[in-house]
Amino acid sequence: MNATPDIACGRLSALELSQNFADAHPTLTAPQAALEADRCLYCFDAPCMEACPTSIDIPKFIKAIASGNLAGSARTILESNILGGSCARVCPTEILCEQVCVHNSLEAGKPVRIGALQRFATDWQMDHGGQPFTRAPLTGRRVAVVGAGPAGLACAHRLAMHGHDVVLFDRHTQPGGLNSYGVAAYKLADDFAQREVAFLMEIGGITFQGGVTVGRDVTVSALAVEYDAVFLAMGLAGVRALGLAGETLDGVMDAVSFIETLRSNDKKDVPVGRRVVVIGGGNTAVDAAVQARRLGADEVTLVYRRGVEHMSATSVEREWAQTNGVTVRLWAAPQGLLSEDGALTGIAFARGRAGADGRVVYDPEDSFTLAADMVLKAIGQVFLPAHAEGEHIAVEGGRIVVDAQYRTSMPGVYAGGDCIVGEDLTVAAVRDGRDAAEAIDKALRAGDGRGRGVEQENG
Amino acid sequence: MADLRTVFAGISSPNPFWLASAPPTDKEYNVRRAFQAGWGGVVWKTLGEDPPVVNVSSRYGALAYEGRRMAGLNNIELISDRPLATNIAEIKSVKRDFPDRALVVSLMVPCQEDSWKSILPIVEETGADGIELNFGCPHGMSERNMGAAVGQVPEYVEMVTRWCKQYTRMPVIVKLTPNITNILAPARAALAGGADAVSLINTIQSVIGVDLDAMAPMPVVGGQGTHGGYCGPAVKPIALRMIGDIARDPELSALPISGIGGISNWRDAAEFLAMGSTTLQVCTAAMHYGFRIVEDMIEGLSSWMDGKGYAGIDDVTGRAIPRYVHWNDLNLKFRTLARIDQDACIKCGLCHIACEDTSHQAIARLRDGEARRYEVIDEECVGCNLCAHVCPVDGCITMEPQPVDGVQTWRDHPNNPSRVTA
Repeated sequence: MNATPDIACGRLSALELSQNFADAHPTLTAPQAALEADRCLYCFDAPCMEACPTSIDIPKFIKAIASGNLAGSARTILESNILGGSCARVCPTEILCEQVCVHNSLEAGKPVRIGALQRFATDWQMDHGGQPFTRAPLTGRRVAVVGAGPAGLACAHRLAMHGHDVVLFDRHTQPGGLNSYGVAAYKLADDFAQREVAFLMEIGGITFQGGVTVGRDVTVSALAVEYDAVFLAMGLAGVRALGLAGETLDGVMDAVSFIETLRSNDKKDVPVGRRVVVIGGGNTAVDAAVQARRLGADEVTLVYRRGVEHMSATSVEREWAQTNGVTVRLWAAPQGLLSEDGALTGIAFARGRAGADGRVVYDPEDSFTLAADMVLKAIGQVFLPAHAEGEHIAVEGGRIVVDAQYRTSMPGVYAGGDCIVGEDLTVAAVRDGRDAAEAIDKALRAGDGRGRGVEQENG
Repeated sequence: MADLRTVFAGISSPNPFWLASAPPTDKEYNVRRAFQAGWGGVVWKTLGEDPPVVNVSSRYGALAYEGRRMAGLNNIELISDRPLATNIAEIKSVKRDFPDRALVVSLMVPCQEDSWKSILPIVEETGADGIELNFGCPHGMSERNMGAAVGQVPEYVEMVTRWCKQYTRMPVIVKLTPNITNILAPARAALAGGADAVSLINTIQSVIGVDLDAMAPMPVVGGQGTHGGYCGPAVKPIALRMIGDIARDPELSALPISGIGGISNWRDAAEFLAMGSTTLQVCTAAMHYGFRIVEDMIEGLSSWMDGKGYAGIDDVTGRAIPRYVHWNDLNLKFRTLARIDQDACIKCGLCHIACEDTSHQAIARLRDGEARRYEVIDEECVGCNLCAHVCPVDGCITMEPQPVDGVQTWRDHPNNPSRVTA
């Protein structure tokens, strides 16, 4: 018996790997974009615009594509969402703008391809137009932004536009956050995350300081003293554990780390199991499962404790997993990790069903096991309170509490993105960052950099 | 099955669909293909005197609208640029092989009696069924005092028509230019000159667009452009008006009309017939899709006629003319109101914004949470039809005529200062 699980690098050739991690949905050609743009009815009070967390004027930008005004189209997108390029690639449009497109009423499942059109326009801007925005006269104010993911980047850009200087901190060495480390590689192929950050930083006034972990290397209080305002956008750095014995076995890892390794290394150097089990029902689970397959895993099974209707991954994501050869198993909860001679061999699940009160009941007697060389946990991410430990920042339910102006309970400190309550979507994080920047700008111009905290307001 | 056979100015054809005098009818090769495809007739591309004219390279410009190509087409091509003898030999050959089809020859020579007198026997000798006088070409030829330059002067129309009637036994069709204020004047002149029929409309003077890089009108010929003749689906309304004006004119009502102008399908054809045409001439649609489009034109017209109980083309010709009236004859008491089928509505809001911004503020925008609803405000609706036109869903917005209480026209309306009083 082999005492180590079958985990190896380079299961596929360099050519296969490059094909597997190439752009999953290549951009529209100009004629395709023109054809698709002409489908848009240019709705008044358009439902798509309302469904977009960043409220992009979608009919306007699509009409501009149809007329050949690509600079205007891109500007319309980017003035609402400076990360419009990555959102065009990673947004679950099937549950946002495209879900409510009126074309669905004419023919179900045939919305205007808003995401693809958005990508077409923003790609044009990055390839031809460069940074379309300029900075207002400099204010001399300095803002610390903690976390260089979508929320932090959007906030930094908007602050820079308003003439403030920004120092952008991140625990990683590269900016981009989830776009750089957390999203499946084929969604942001060709180094798009870094290219978009470079495009965004062209506005000037933004300094990136990588390798800085707030709470360890610097405290929020210290930043609040040094800077005129602070925006916290450190996301969800923690991952939930299964709470089962054997979780420290070789081959058992969290999906976030697996994806981060994959995004940070040459694909041929990324180890993957021959048989992989992914636990979870969200987009991280799907991204991990599909990428495991595309690294060359023979068998990948995604196991979720409830039904499809409960999965946070959209139906499009689920079908993407299935067409990539991932087996999806539902109504099963992990019961125990199996090992022989200290090496992972599989994982046992109890089958469940909805009980009389709607709660799921898992029957330990009704179980099955899946052989596995690798188990990837994707059962949720959590805010790491250590970031804010010892600070006067209210945290509830694992998320930072903010008011409508994105103000935390600590004066002058704002927060947004995944670390506050709300949908964990890139596009929602961008909105948070943008709107927090507007709030910070307003406060700084009012000469009230400290702002008013939640507690003060409530008190 | 409806009988689509037509006899037009004494010329028989198995169906009313003819190809207009234009590039598709320039050569034997094309015309044979057209007849094989089922076209009922052809008007051969205009012949002139030798030496032939010279055409430029880069000849067409097109108007696209929201992704649909060739809503309108403009050309700067002149008449046939091949020697007269070549055309004559080919016409004879085709007519011999397709005796059942209408083969009409379009002609344009200088406004001199001798010119017409000498070309007519040459054409007659081919066995062609008739001639069509090109008094309409609005570019290139008109600067040489031919084409529209003739069609715009009723006296010339009458004079040349008379010459032709004098020097040939063939039926004479006079093709009219729309580049004129009142179409009745040249039509009456044609009749006075003895024309057997008229055909209209020829193309409309146009600049189709400007090449913003070359900074020259399109189509660009070596860095420059010139005006051309406009045709295609976009000109249909202009053609229908002019045809209807002739058809309802008491003096002209007996003059057969060959309708031309953007006919693209059987429905257009039926409309041209209803407004007074007996035969129909097509060009742009064939140039866009090829000759095979005639199949659907024939089948569609036939099915429609069967459904309506029209046995032959004559039953349709002019059918709408009794109801084509002057504005002053319209009933001002008639009222129609927009009705929105809420189940069919896809909530695009186009009806609302069109009415709100540009009409009568008669469509309310209602919101109940996420749900949108658009409702007609009857008191404000003037029945203009705009909402029904902008609505992208067929049949979603309909116009509902209201009960009418009598008739009042402008002629007897109290607001009319020159009303007729009893």
